[in-house]
This record gives sequence, structure tokens and C-alpha cells, in this order.
Amino acid sequence: MEWDWTFVWQILPTLLQGLKITILATVLGALVAAVFGLVLAIARRSHNAVVSRTVGFFADFIRGTPLLVQLYFIFYVLPDIGIRLSPLVAGVIGLGIHYGTYAAEVYRAGIDNVPRGQWEAARATNLTTRQAWIHVILPQAIPPMIPALANYFIAMFKETPLLSAITVLELMNQAKSVANSSYRYIEPMTLVGVFFLVISLISVVGLRFLENRYARVDER
Amino acid sequence: MPSPIIRIDNITKTYGPLTVLDGLSMDVMPGEKLALIGPSGSGKTTILRILMTLETINGGHIEIDGEQLYHMPKAGRLVAADEKHLHKMRKKIGMVFQHFNLFPHKCVLDNITLAPMLTKGVAKAAAEKRAMELLDMVGMADKARSMPAQLSGGQKQRVAIARALALSPKIMLFDEVTSALDPELVEEVLNVMRRLAAETDMTMLLVTHEMGFAHDFADRVLFFDKGRIVEEGKPESIFKNPRQERTQTFLRKIIAAGHRV
Repeated sequence: MEWDWTFVWQILPTLLQGLKITILATVLGALVAAVFGLVLAIARRSHNAVVSRTVGFFADFIRGTPLLVQLYFIFYVLPDIGIRLSPLVAGVIGLGIHYGTYAAEVYRAGIDNVPRGQWEAARATNLTTRQAWIHVILPQAIPPMIPALANYFIAMFKETPLLSAITVLELMNQAKSVANSSYRYIEPMTLVGVFFLVISLISVVGLRFLENRYARVDER
Repeated sequence: MPSPIIRIDNITKTYGPLTVLDGLSMDVMPGEKLALIGPSGSGKTTILRILMTLETINGGHIEIDGEQLYHMPKAGRLVAADEKHLHKMRKKIGMVFQHFNLFPHKCVLDNITLAPMLTKGVAKAAAEKRAMELLDMVGMADKARSMPAQLSGGQKQRVAIARALALSPKIMLFDEVTSALDPELVEEVLNVMRRLAAETDMTMLLVTHEMGFAHDFADRVLFFDKGRIVEEGKPESIFKNPRQERTQTFLRKIIAAGHRV
């Protein structure tokens, strides 16, 4: 088995196409997870027991089943009830919901860490519950949890090859297809590993920066 | 004879098996300065928290400025107040907390302008102008752009007072506002409150362990023990000639602990 640089240059454009999709799916998945997780975390705190229990059960259910199974359901089973999604959209929704349930736990910790006195001050200054969330609680809760959220999004990035199972033409899928048609695996798979490693390392540097910037919580 | 601005009628407050307030009734007249004293756990802070709607009551009625606080009329009957009613009633009341509870992510000026802009629709420029007047009054105008974390406890508390005043409440509640302060910072906060008492006709309820201040500040002093008013009267009579034995014991203890009377 020999390393073939000519082959590398030949497949590089295809792999970069795949990498673009991988990054796109990660960014969109992270956005969905960030928003969906916040909604889950707030609904979980609802005084309405039906809402909070339902949301809690849903989150446990999603966390307790494999992402791959969820992706199959979204892409292959939902069309049976008339919901047809493109592979990328199905993948982004799957990643977003799955990691949203983890993000919700991070949010919950961050929200619980805001002292009760802040809720009381918001009420004493007659803010509505909604205004208290937007102007008082979330601006204090979110910055300290940005590093933990970013950590999950890096983990999510490394899970994106699962999207190849629902025909998303991301990096892993492109690598598999060039490998299968040329019967050479070493170059495409190595390149996939290198791409993931490089982006993960860059992300970790970014994460350190975020930790320094946000992990410090101001005192009252 | 004006009618009371606060009418507390036979209220009960329990936490599980613990009864904090046991059929308490009291009236407060408009403009009155009231000091609530008593041992910790006697229910005095709970009253302020109930008036601010931070706690609910288990029984009884409260009337603020002629309107029910926890009830509202509906189809000729009184029913439990909804959030909209509570929101309307909270406009009449402001509160200053023992631990300040400033918004740490906002500068001093924004701490004060946030609520007037959000709840009363005051324009930013007008809200800031009013905030600067209030900061001037509490001696904090030069710190308008500081963050709360950069302030001393006394400075934070003066800002918290300005924040409550910015909503122009008819009733101000002060919950042990100097208890969390270093001793040398107590006086600057008390001075602000003295000025406030002298210059405004707001009704003020004060829970405090500063007996000397309660003596000078209050028109009337209520001594609480075990969720009931044991004794009430003019500051001179409560502090100099307490009739009830429990009041005498409490005052002796608190003097022994180094508080001035």
C-alpha cells in the first residue's frame, strides 16, 4: 500500500465539496440546537406540570436513543406520514434536536446559577416574566455556559459522518464514494481524518478563548 | 381622616408545617414611616415580601391604595388575582433588598433606566435624565457608567434605592437594607433614607436591626414575634418604655449585641 499524491490532488476538490457540507450541517445544526435547547430549558421550568413533565420525558427519550436511529426516522419514516425533507434539512433537524436536548441541560445549569434575588429584583421593578427572561436572566445565564455549549457543538461536528447514512453528501460520504469507485481507501480516509482533526484543533483553540472570555462570572 | 394606604386583614402565611404569619392584621396610613422590628423568623421580612408579591398568602386579604392585592373583582365576586392584576398593583410598590440585587450585567445608569423604559414606556433620554437626578440625590452621579461589581456595598445599596425610586412607587419597602454592609458603610445608606423620609411623602416600611435609626426614622414601630404584632407605638414609647416583656427581652438582647438604641 503506497501513498499516492496524484490521487490526493485528484480527489481533493470532491472532498472539499463534502467538507463544505459538513461545516454547513454543523453550523446549522448548532443554531437549531442552541435555539431548541433554550426553548426546552425554559419549558422545563414551566409551572404547568403537564408541560414540564412532557418536555422532560421528550428530552430523556431523545438522549436515550441513538442519533443514527433518529436520523433514519426523520429521513425514511416521516415520508410515510407525508413529511418529506431533503437529506441536508433532515440531517440538520436531527442534529439540532439531538444536541438541543444536551444544550438544554447546559442552559438549565446556567439558568439555575442566576441568583434568586435577580428574579425578585425583576419582579420588584415590575418587569413581566418575559422581560425578566430577556433583560435580566438570560444575559447573565448564557455567557458562562458558552464554553460548555461550544464543547457540545465540537462533539456534534465529529458526529456529522452519521449524516452519510441519510445520503447527505458530506465529507465522509464523498470520501466513501471516491474510495468505492477507485478501490483506494488510504488517501480519502486519511484526508477525512486530517480535516476533522485540523478543524477540531482550531475549534479547541477557539474554545479556550471563549472560556477565558466568558467563564468568569461577575459577582452581584 | 384619610383611609389607610395598606390594609392587611387577617393574613396567614405558612411554609409547609411552619406558620410564619398567623392571622395578622394591620393598617398603614399614607405617608407613614413604619419600622418593623423583632427577632429573626418573626415574620417581619415575610410581610414585605408578601406586599411585593414575592410570596403568596394562604389566607386573608390585603388592600393597597383602595384595591385588593391578591384578589380582584370578577362578576361581582372577589377571585384570586391573575398576573395582569398583580402587574398593575406592583406599580404602586417598590422594594430595596438586603443583598441589593442589582443587575450585574448592566451599568449603574442602565440598572435604573431598565424598568421605567420597559414597564412605563419612558423614552431613553427622559429615563436617563430622571436616573441622573436620582443618582445625584443618592450621591452616585459620578458612578453612572460603573458596573455594580466595581462598587462598594453602600454604593450598591444607594443605586438600588435610586432604581426603586425611578418607578415612583407610592410605597417603598426596605428589607434590612444595611444588614449586609460593612459597619463603616451603613451611615451613607441611612443618610440617603433620612433625606428620602424628609423630602418625600412616600409611605415607607422598614425592616431593620438598626434600632437607633428606627427610632429617628419611624412614626410608628411594630414589634413582631412569632408572626404576630406583640407591641406597637411611637418610637419613644417602644424603645424607652416597652410594656411587653418580650419586647423588653428583645431590646436588651439587641443592645447587648452592640446595636445602638
